[in-house]
Amino acid sequence: MVELHDDTLMVKIRDLRFAHGARTIFDGVDIDIPRGKITAIMGPSGTGKTTLLKIIGGQLAPLTGSVLVEGEDIHHVSRDNLYRLRKRMSLLFQTGALFTDLSVFENVAFPLREHTRLPESMLRDLVLMKLQVVGLRGARDLMPAELSGGMARRVALARAIALDPAMIMYDEPFTGQDPITVGVIMQLIRMLNDTLGLTSIIVSHDVHELSRISDYMYMMAAGKIVGYGTPQELGHSGSEWIRQFMGGLPDGPVPFHYPAVDYEQDLLAGVSA
Amino acid sequence: MIDWLQKLGHVSLALFERLGRGGLFLMRVFSAIPSLAPRPRLVIIQLYSVGVLSMMLIVISGLNVGMVLGLQGYNTLVEFGAEESLGQVVALSLVRELGPVVAALLFAGRAGSALTAEIGLMKATEQLSGMEMMAVDPMKRVIVPRFIAAVISMPLLAAMFSAMGVLGGYFVGVGLLGVDSGAFWSQMQSKVDFYEDIMNGLVKSVVFGFVAAWIAVLVGYAAVATTEGVSRATTRTVVHTAFAVLGLDFILTALMFGSV
Repeated sequence: MVELHDDTLMVKIRDLRFAHGARTIFDGVDIDIPRGKITAIMGPSGTGKTTLLKIIGGQLAPLTGSVLVEGEDIHHVSRDNLYRLRKRMSLLFQTGALFTDLSVFENVAFPLREHTRLPESMLRDLVLMKLQVVGLRGARDLMPAELSGGMARRVALARAIALDPAMIMYDEPFTGQDPITVGVIMQLIRMLNDTLGLTSIIVSHDVHELSRISDYMYMMAAGKIVGYGTPQELGHSGSEWIRQFMGGLPDGPVPFHYPAVDYEQDLLAGVSA
Repeated sequence: MIDWLQKLGHVSLALFERLGRGGLFLMRVFSAIPSLAPRPRLVIIQLYSVGVLSMMLIVISGLNVGMVLGLQGYNTLVEFGAEESLGQVVALSLVRELGPVVAALLFAGRAGSALTAEIGLMKATEQLSGMEMMAVDPMKRVIVPRFIAAVISMPLLAAMFSAMGVLGGYFVGVGLLGVDSGAFWSQMQSKVDFYEDIMNGLVKSVVFGFVAAWIAVLVGYAAVATTEGVSRATTRTVVHTAFAVLGLDFILTALMFGSV
């Protein structure tokens, strides 16, 4: 089958299959990430959302299926081309993954120092501009250990936009943050996406935040896409599963109980032993 | 019997797989070395933390070992009235054996374990992964500078250990026990051969340095990315380096001094 390159798509995933050992993570997943939009990928913990980002970034290779980034199959390009593509995208890790031996300033300067030969004064200006965007210009001399979790993520965000990428992938950007920080991060994601003309992918399970911020949403469960659409469309979905997830109901198609033998039998088994 | 054979096969396959991985890793390290030529600063920073910061340990240990050698050597030699040979005994023991071997063991404990823990933690906190996503090869940016710094540092530290040991032997022998200073140095000068002893000792320390550096970065890079995995990797670096150094020492000694 000849895949025609669709210019409106930043990432195009077709029939993706992936397994960790014997455990199947993705079982035939198709995802389109449109350019210039914020696309959310939601699902319960353990559905392989982080794995998906690593596959798009070319760090993990799928068993079968194709992942086209800007029309190029990221798992079948040369190492040089892979690195060229990676300069066009950023992955914001859940922990921030800041370099603990470098200051905030040097962390943001890192990609610039590695990939460009800018004079020091221009590099300084660029770093300060990126830090200004995330509101941490004043924190430039701090070390990562001195930052709160939310600040670390903002520094990581400044570092992620240092090379002016075309796409940013956010891995659980809201997890474990207080409401103010969540608000700040949401605003930053939206603002960066719109002012820099980025394409954003957010994987998360924070339904309410994602419904407010995303243009499109994908729902994943058990290795498959179970729902797709704008937040409004998904909110009115007829699927019981999506209703359980969006509403945060404890029991439903996703059972509360881990599979086990019958309760009564299990208790009685202890008596006879 | 079949079970036993199966187990043997499994163990040897696992061993060869690990050796193969180690070899491939080393090839990747070698192929990344030229890319560092324009950026010597990366290596210099590591030379400081791997080499310079290990100096104090090496100097103090060398001094102590030399003092003990002086004392023990004197007590034995004086029975034969040969205490003037103390300089020769101390210098030969250090240059041929103790310098390279003890320095390598100390190096593994001080610098090797630190390298492994640092690389393992960078992996556990996704710093290596993050680097890859920024299109920066961690091999070139993190692994190779540390490897080169360790390879360079080890022979220098071993030489320093031997030199300090000789001084320690001198303090005890000449300073405390009254061996003639001129005899101490002249015996050493006439009996220690530059090629036979010093160069062979240097070869040993280069080999040990290479092995210690290889093990430290490989084990760190292959560490399981959890707290427990990093802790286990650190221990493994020290233990594997000790075994490798002592085993290689016997082989090298047999090759170098076997016929003497």
